[in-house]
Amino acid sequence: MTTDRSAGAAAVALALEVTDLSVAYGKVEALHHVNLKVPSGSIVTVIGPNGAGKTTMLNAVMGLLPARGEVRYEGVSITHTEVEARVAHGLCLVPERRELFAEMTVADNLTLGAFPRHRRRERGIPDDLDAVYARFPRLRERREQLAGTLSGGERQMLALGRALMARPRVLMLDEPSLGLAPLIVREIFRIVADLRRSGVSILLVEQNARAALQVADYGYVLETGEIVLEGPAQALATDPKVVETYLGFSGKTAV
Amino acid sequence: MSRARCLLFVFLTALVLGPAFLPEFYVTLLNYIGLYSLVALGLVLLTGVGGLTSFGQAAFVGLGAYTTAYLSTAFGLSPWLALFVGFALTGTVALFLGAITLRLSGHYLPLGTIAWGISLYYLFGNLQFLGGQTGMTGVPGLSIFGLALDTGRKVYYLIWVLVIAALYSIQNLLNSRPGRAIRSLRGGGVMAESFGVDTAWLKIVIFVYAALLASLSGWLYAHLLRFVNPTPFSLNIGIEYLFMVVIGGARFVWGAIVGAGLLTILKEWLQSLLPKIIGQAGEFEAIVLGILLVLLLQRAREGLMPFFQHWLPPARWVEAPQSAPALPQRERPKAGERILEVRAVRKQFGGLIAVNDLSFEMSSGEILGLIGPNGAGKSTMFNLITGVLPLSGGEIHFRGERIDRLPSRRIGRRGIARTFQHVHIRTTMTVVENVAIGAHLRGHKGVVAAALHRERAEEATLLHEARRQLERVGLGEHLYEQAGSLALGQQRILEIARALCADPVLLLLDEPAAGLRLREKQALAELLRRLKGEGMSVLLVEHDMDFVMNLVDRLVVMDFGERIATGLPREIQTHPAVLEAYLGGVE
Amino acid sequence: MNLDIALLLTQDGLTNGAIYALLALALVLVFAVTRVIFVPQGEFVSYGALTLASLQLGKVPGTAWLLVGAGGVIVLLDGIIAVRERRLHRLPRVLLENLVFPVALLGLSGWLAPQKPALWIQVALALALVVPLGPMLYRLAFQPLQNASVLVLLIVAVAVHFALTGLGLVFFGAEGSRTPAFSDARFEVGAMSVSGQSLFVIGASVALIVALYLFFEKTVYGKSLRATAVNRLGARLVGISATLAGRLTFTLAAAIGAVSGILVAPITTIYYDSGFLIGLKGFVAAIIGGLVSYPLAALGAVLVGLLESFSSFWASAFKEVIVFTLIIPVLLWRSLRTHHLEEEDERE
Repeated sequence: MTTDRSAGAAAVALALEVTDLSVAYGKVEALHHVNLKVPSGSIVTVIGPNGAGKTTMLNAVMGLLPARGEVRYEGVSITHTEVEARVAHGLCLVPERRELFAEMTVADNLTLGAFPRHRRRERGIPDDLDAVYARFPRLRERREQLAGTLSGGERQMLALGRALMARPRVLMLDEPSLGLAPLIVREIFRIVADLRRSGVSILLVEQNARAALQVADYGYVLETGEIVLEGPAQALATDPKVVETYLGFSGKTAV
Repeated sequence: MSRARCLLFVFLTALVLGPAFLPEFYVTLLNYIGLYSLVALGLVLLTGVGGLTSFGQAAFVGLGAYTTAYLSTAFGLSPWLALFVGFALTGTVALFLGAITLRLSGHYLPLGTIAWGISLYYLFGNLQFLGGQTGMTGVPGLSIFGLALDTGRKVYYLIWVLVIAALYSIQNLLNSRPGRAIRSLRGGGVMAESFGVDTAWLKIVIFVYAALLASLSGWLYAHLLRFVNPTPFSLNIGIEYLFMVVIGGARFVWGAIVGAGLLTILKEWLQSLLPKIIGQAGEFEAIVLGILLVLLLQRAREGLMPFFQHWLPPARWVEAPQSAPALPQRERPKAGERILEVRAVRKQFGGLIAVNDLSFEMSSGEILGLIGPNGAGKSTMFNLITGVLPLSGGEIHFRGERIDRLPSRRIGRRGIARTFQHVHIRTTMTVVENVAIGAHLRGHKGVVAAALHRERAEEATLLHEARRQLERVGLGEHLYEQAGSLALGQQRILEIARALCADPVLLLLDEPAAGLRLREKQALAELLRRLKGEGMSVLLVEHDMDFVMNLVDRLVVMDFGERIATGLPREIQTHPAVLEAYLGGVE
Repeated sequence: MNLDIALLLTQDGLTNGAIYALLALALVLVFAVTRVIFVPQGEFVSYGALTLASLQLGKVPGTAWLLVGAGGVIVLLDGIIAVRERRLHRLPRVLLENLVFPVALLGLSGWLAPQKPALWIQVALALALVVPLGPMLYRLAFQPLQNASVLVLLIVAVAVHFALTGLGLVFFGAEGSRTPAFSDARFEVGAMSVSGQSLFVIGASVALIVALYLFFEKTVYGKSLRATAVNRLGARLVGISATLAGRLTFTLAAAIGAVSGILVAPITTIYYDSGFLIGLKGFVAAIIGGLVSYPLAALGAVLVGLLESFSSFWASAFKEVIVFTLIIPVLLWRSLRTHHLEEEDERE
């Protein structure tokens, strides 16, 4: 896959397009024929109850899991590209468990976020580091601290910052609110909304439906591996069917 | 006659008739293969089945060989007496080394075996009374009942009788109650412990058994060759024993003989033929062996036996009888009696508080659901109740008795049985055998009885019970299938059957509906309702709200390690704290 | 035992300890990044020593042929993969690294060796011949097993050790070699007689350790290796592939092994199979550090060196027994402290 960094790439309407994605763990079909689109410059969210397959979906799009179906990034199929190559092309994931380098400093974590760019000997990496510190002042304060000693909210910010260092064009976030107190969640989502302004397209997976739908443009609801509902985020926010999905009013397994 | 039995018959016949027709050279080769097979059989039990990798078996061979060599030359002791002295010595050393190294988890264990493998080898070579590097000569030959086994051909029969006997004993052992426990040792043994298996002791048992087999091989070696020196007991040979087992197929008892045979023949061919072809002497067998092993581990990690098995369907070893004496049952608690009390339980992992002052109760005969968003602490709670994790604070009482400081296997004994979030079954064992593990505490026969095949009556009752439970849960048609071939839903129900085999009072189910299809969930819900109707108490952790809401009597909702609500399903569905926890309340 | 002897033994112990410290570093590094318990580390030591010895005798070392052979196999394997996946643009690089480069080295050795050039040129050439073996070994034996359990990787490592030892016999013959000392100086420091050779070995080891420390602390590639060791998944998610980390790590391990071999060659007679025991002693040190902590491993290395040195004086026959029996209580202590996640074990 050749990387087209010319203006032509920016004109691609869909930053990310997932077609017919299915993932099986041995005998279990965790994802069934999932279709979704992330238009350039928008925030798309996938919500749903626990065990729905949201993390599986992100991992499959990232290439961490074998999957059937197709993933197109900026119009080009990346279905057979390795994870590391996808990162190098600008598709980044902030996973559910953050996967920080706990025994390394905040500064090192951020520097490593730009690893593909270091390999390509790109310039401007120190500037990006400053930009990340500007966006997350608390990280600048703690830059020589070990990542493992940070609080939950700070870890989330570090994970976000690290992903941003790669100058991603599509950023995927897996449950950024997980385990965080409501005030911090608010801050994180404010930052997510702000990211859109820098031209990053965002695919946001969340269990906290309300916060996600407030910040997103479009939403999908995933339940037991299938998309059961989709629509503009504002419409979904007031749709009673969403509540049912979460708390089981739908009575599907009533005998 | 099945294909397998045919082949066995042919093999045994060839074995018996071989020495009559084969030239001396091949008889010697077969003798060596027999000697190595003994050690390899021990490794199959220890490493292949038990999951404990040992590179140090050659040291035990040395112990057996040197004991008999020394006692029969320095004291003129009868070799047969020396054999038992050797067993005693090897057993003691093995117990000692086992007690230390078997505690070593993960990859530390094989490193430990390398350590004492080297130590013992250098010990053999440096003790003067053992002859140092030159060793001891003049070791007498064997004689049985006056018949002197003075030729290789005669010792051959003794060797192979012992090999077949050892193989038979291991085969018997693996298809018995302790055998099922041994086969559950892999993967951490959490499941085995929850059904009452003392995994630490069992590991020592198989370790000592493997050491004794190696010692026996050493004894035969000394009296076959009539001299002993340290070379065959080096670490390199210990490594070769492991290679044999990997080549043959570590999990297969016959793999030991296949592997021993192949490796010996390969070495022989390489040592004698290659130098003639290449025109230079060298340790080519080491090169070829090394490369072969790497390729094998990259492409065919299960060894060669699976290829043979393809061709020969395995014989069925277990038969669950349709009727057998029933096992005694536990006394059931009265309906409504308080059976489980969780009092202000706390669990901390370093700075992270996973469970924070959680309290709830359960009465006999009810289905209680423990729910909550991701990361709420539900699975941790489960592990605390079943003794997998220790508490940081609080108490847990079961039927009036405090259980929070007991290890899982004692908790299992008191009537709590569980299933697991990620199914813990032995995929290569049959369904009925998997379920029979649940009845482990309801049997008593040990390793020796099993090896001698003298526990058949008890085995029949255990297998019958497993069959009964499988029929009760609706899997009666699948008794003899490999557990790995069942659908996930069926595997989850298999785990429930296994738990039922333990005759529990309280069933703990960890996400039993995860990954199930709609129909499977309906079947599961029906099974659970039936069990409740028969007086069983069930505590389940679940994410699937549809499933839970229609099944449970009461719910306990957790979030951030704390209880945020308790009550009936309908109440919970409209409870504001619950709604906020699940859907989020950010402005 | 009087003071003179004690000091002499201490000096010996420290010299050997320096080598063990280097090897322990390589072992800890390889394990942390790739989860391979790298038993063949000792073979890099003997190959380094014997390659230098060959050059000293004016012969083309067998290592050069090994490089060409291994490189050829890699070209075949990677070539087939490239063709099958239709990524032909990879072929030139594969050919360059694995065929052109080794053949060039062979040619260079063929031309230089008989001339018996200056020692430092020989050392450089010996390093150039042994170091590429590292990534080649990774590619052939371990790259296809990136997700295998530590146990399987250990058995493969043992198998590789077997093969390399056998190849060592083929390439270097059964006779041992000892290269001339780097320094024949002797210094009188107070009551002690310190040999220049020992100082050189200790000095070189310390220098190498410091250099590696700087590499890991200050350079991006060094940090990327630390990152892989700390969190493999996290490393992948920032674009550090296991293959990249593996190749780099094995290159470093080979370099450390080769340097150790060159340093140790003047001190002891090295045979084709001596590397194993030397490597194992590095192991004991690494295990004292739990296979993860380097400072502890370095301390352990000094301990092993001193223990070996003093036991060889008091009970020379049992020197090996003592050193290796030491592993067991250390393993026990280590094992009790770390609680292994049982997901490591195979799931059936």
